[in-house]
Amino acid sequence: MSRTTRPALSLLRVAACTGVAALTLTACGSGSGSDSASTGSGSVKVGLITKTDTNPFFVKMKEGAEKAAKDSGAQLVTAAGKFDGDNAGQVTAMENMVASGVKGILITPSDSKAIVPAIQKARAKGVLVIALDTPTDPQSAVDALFATNNLKAGELIGEYAKAAMKGKTAKIATLDLAPGVSVGVQRHDGFLKGFGATDKDVLCAQDTGGDQAKGQTAMENCLQKEPGINVVYTINEPAALGAYTALKAKGREKDVLIVSVDGGCTGTQAVKDGKIAATSQQYPLKMAAEGVKAVVTYAKDGKKASGYTDTGVNLITDKTQAGVTSKDTAYGLENCWG
Amino acid sequence: MTATTTPYAELAAPSTARRLLTAPTTGPLVALLLACVFFAVSTDQFLTGGNFSLIVQQVMVVGTLAIGQTLIILTAGIDLSCGAVMAFGSIVIAKMAAEGSLPPLLAIGLGLVICGGFGLINGLLVQKIPLPPFIVTLGMLNVAFALTHIYSKEQTVTSLPGPLTALGQTFPLGHTDITYGSLVTIALFLLLAYALSSTGWGRHVYALGNSQEAARLNGIRTSRLTIGIYTVAGLLYGIAALLLISRTGVGDPQAGQTDNLDSITAVVLGGTSLFGGRGSVLGTFIGVLIVGVFRNGLQLMGVASVYQTLITGVLVILAVTVDQISRKRAR
Repeated sequence: MSRTTRPALSLLRVAACTGVAALTLTACGSGSGSDSASTGSGSVKVGLITKTDTNPFFVKMKEGAEKAAKDSGAQLVTAAGKFDGDNAGQVTAMENMVASGVKGILITPSDSKAIVPAIQKARAKGVLVIALDTPTDPQSAVDALFATNNLKAGELIGEYAKAAMKGKTAKIATLDLAPGVSVGVQRHDGFLKGFGATDKDVLCAQDTGGDQAKGQTAMENCLQKEPGINVVYTINEPAALGAYTALKAKGREKDVLIVSVDGGCTGTQAVKDGKIAATSQQYPLKMAAEGVKAVVTYAKDGKKASGYTDTGVNLITDKTQAGVTSKDTAYGLENCWG
Repeated sequence: MTATTTPYAELAAPSTARRLLTAPTTGPLVALLLACVFFAVSTDQFLTGGNFSLIVQQVMVVGTLAIGQTLIILTAGIDLSCGAVMAFGSIVIAKMAAEGSLPPLLAIGLGLVICGGFGLINGLLVQKIPLPPFIVTLGMLNVAFALTHIYSKEQTVTSLPGPLTALGQTFPLGHTDITYGSLVTIALFLLLAYALSSTGWGRHVYALGNSQEAARLNGIRTSRLTIGIYTVAGLLYGIAALLLISRTGVGDPQAGQTDNLDSITAVVLGGTSLFGGRGSVLGTFIGVLIVGVFRNGLQLMGVASVYQTLITGVLVILAVTVDQISRKRAR
């Protein structure tokens, strides 16, 4: 084993590590080649920072931004946190983008409050900052907000559930996001408003983090607590599908109404398959595309986007209810994300 | 173990020239320099004072955690709880000071004591029961994470008093703005590098990592030493908590969730052996800089952030491979 002596060993180490560096340099070299191939040197740089790289919602957002950037001859740079809630990662990405000379940054804040100081620093350097999907706290910390009206998204499924439950006594469970996250709170409150109920009418409320496995566990526990539950509000479709699995295990999937929010392709397909009764579909691609356009406009005319732009929401269902406007799953699948 | 075939003195305190030649940090340093050259050629914005100041700011929190992690790994231990302990410390400091229950400086002091206390408990459990460090700190990771969320009620703490964010302020050096926090981190690295290489305590740490039994037989009070190392690491996490607050300007209960693995990554990239007894904190500094330089450089080039993770992964495996090969040869 010990054929070489110690001085030779140190040389070996240096050689090995030089090899490491060479290898990685090639790796990132080729990565950058494919990424920046289509961009010119004088084009407008737009940054997009999402909560994570993996959620299909943000993948779609990136797609929308890429297409819009290509159409307007802008260069898109992207980054994401390592997990939902990774504020430090978003701050770092923001600093690096400002250093690289972006004209504007589009961001879905992981932490609505914690990101604010970093946004202020970027804006102080003349960068246009637009929040996508999730507002900052305060909302005025950014130049503009392009997002779904989550309260309205909740209201739509609330109204739908109310019409569908006509004549029956509703026993409501809510599978929520997490405490203090505005998106989750707004959808939850919107649902109750649309249904004409209050938090007192909710027999079982559980946090799921929007995760399918956690949604299933939460539903199992809710059924344990209150076997008669017949209306389930879910923060998103993964949570809804988790709930469906739990209900199916109890043979209850036919007589419990599940409603959700998001409009992802898997979720919309689940509406078509009858697993989820209805969902409020939102449009991440549009948020990002509008965001890129706003930055390009700012770069050309110096005109900054401001205020709140509602990027729209539609109720998707195949079991229509009288008095509730909706679109069918064919439309939903055509416009879904993920 | 290596102690039987390699002279004890050489492991503990080799001469400067020999240390430079054989140091496990030589490889990482070469990799760091090559990465810098590559990014300097690839993008105009990389090679500026402002950008380097930015990179140091971006690594100061994980860097400070990684100093504590290095000490523990040198004893052949590991600390999975560092990020969670830091998060708890930061939320205590932020909440105590922002809600006015304590003057800012006392709140900072309390945060340091709490983090040091976590380190002390870790050390006692590892040494006195004894339990494997992996298990102890895995448990403590969950305890600290849960306490953070219970105490903060999942709410980010804003409107912090000035002294809490003082380390995030900058001063100009030439045309470059440097944050005070960066200096704190660099000072801590230098201090611990000195303590490890030039004091009796440092020699004992390396001896302990090579073989606890041999160290004990040589008259080193290994029990006290181990507990002390975990406590010092805890205090360092407390300082990291303050740096975190000063950098982000808020108390964030979600912070630090990947920092345990990030700090281990930095330690390993810096050439410190996970089997204990070999490595240095200066290597760890190079390790965190490698991560920081790749992240910054790739983002300046407009490469998606997932490539940074990919490259870090490859580097870690290569670094451990080099360590393993060199251990075999030393045997």
